[in-house]
Amino acid sequence: MRTTGIQELLKSRSLLFCDGAWGTIFQSAGLKPGEIAELWNRDHRKKVLEVAHSYVDLGVDMIETNSFRGNGIALAGIGLEIDAAELNRLAAEISREAAGDKCLVLGSVGPTGKILMMGDVSENEMYDAFAVQVQAIEQGGADAICFETMSALDEAELAVKAAVENTNLEIICTFTFTKTVGGDYKTVMGVTPAQMAEKMLSAGASIIGTNCGNGMETMIPIVKAFRDFDSNIPLLVQPNAGIPKIENGKTVFPETPDEMASHVPGLIDAGVSIIGGCCGTTPDHITAIMNNSGRRE
Amino acid sequence: MADLNKLNESIISGDLDTSVQITKEALAERTDPQEIIQKYMIPAMDVIGGKFERNEVFVPELLMAARAMKGSLELIKPFLAERGIEPRGRVVIGTVKGDLHDIGKNLVASMLEGSGFEVENLGVDVPSDKIVAVVQSKEVDIVALSALLTTTMPSMKDVIEALKDAGVRDKVKVIVGGPAVTQEFCDQIGADGYSENANGAVGLVRKLLTA
Repeated sequence: MRTTGIQELLKSRSLLFCDGAWGTIFQSAGLKPGEIAELWNRDHRKKVLEVAHSYVDLGVDMIETNSFRGNGIALAGIGLEIDAAELNRLAAEISREAAGDKCLVLGSVGPTGKILMMGDVSENEMYDAFAVQVQAIEQGGADAICFETMSALDEAELAVKAAVENTNLEIICTFTFTKTVGGDYKTVMGVTPAQMAEKMLSAGASIIGTNCGNGMETMIPIVKAFRDFDSNIPLLVQPNAGIPKIENGKTVFPETPDEMASHVPGLIDAGVSIIGGCCGTTPDHITAIMNNSGRRE
Repeated sequence: MADLNKLNESIISGDLDTSVQITKEALAERTDPQEIIQKYMIPAMDVIGGKFERNEVFVPELLMAARAMKGSLELIKPFLAERGIEPRGRVVIGTVKGDLHDIGKNLVASMLEGSGFEVENLGVDVPSDKIVAVVQSKEVDIVALSALLTTTMPSMKDVIEALKDAGVRDKVKVIVGGPAVTQEFCDQIGADGYSENANGAVGLVRKLLTA
């Protein structure tokens, strides 16, 4: 298991902070529905850099990169025959430029959008696509890879393996869990936090966690489930600002900065190590979260 | 004799090889193809769909069951056509313009197909006029629209308006789905039905076709 930047920081501080959503800000900056945000790394570099700066300026410990959907298979799945490596390298370069040595850069890598058991793509193709993406992110100057919003164990294992075997970066992996009828949390593929933790840690991830989901409060039982499995492993949590609603034709995320921040003490008690945000969170949300954590600048 | 109860079980457990083998046997023995579907296959999809809704199984189990079902259906289809038996209904499905997500939509398509409906899957990022053209040129009962993104949900309304403009809105029922879609949204845009998940979509289509 690799230990570098993040785990070094966690030796001196028990709680770290990550950035919030980028896509939400891109939309107010003119990203159209269906437009691929990752293309902005090439076409609107300045706007992407501005978003990165808006989080670095808050004093967070780490920011992500605009490369969530930058996997070659995901891009091809949406009809983009494009140099995936270039988009990912640019993503990491932009975040590095904004972060300087003030904070760490996590290369964001989302799912391919394919289910292995359906046979549309082979394991080798999936591994190769992740390998290209993580290598490009490392070249662009990131400190870690953050596989996120995963739901299938087989895909996430290939992803982590591709990062272990093709980069020297610290590896984070988060899954998206939702509450089942029975009250416990599983991914849409039926994976529990404990199953995920066991597989991802043995594949070579050194930080695990959960993102997206259904708002801040639901992160607490998921963190507890992880802690029941392992009391020491660093845990990253990036909730969205609730399930979005459409009001007057506009997308609205229900949780305000204060509402999200109100659950921070509960998350800390449950044993979270790093808090950030997913869809619908803004610099204001992250500021409120930091202010309600007992950490004072 | 082909063990048709085992066919039912093999679909529930997603065992494609067994379901195909028993279906072949049954057809060779000249079992009524409609009886195979109605008595053994569709009930199997109902069972797995119910388990999915109760979170007893998840997406992989549902997909495997649908695959086993589809494998058997492919064998049976020519026999149905031979007897002039029509499908239970015709569905056109797609993810709306600007939205590129296809897993949820494909899941719904598989469940509908597995439940005996004829499904034409138009894929992702489907413009309204393409859907209108299909409705105009073929016999279609249901238009099923998917959107994962809140930013693309308004495209569902565009499809409904386009169907109205083309004068074919009354020819079809429009159903909508996606993680942020709600019954309220469905009512707002004038769709005919909403379902929270893939299994619910099957019940919804059945209900709309008998209404």
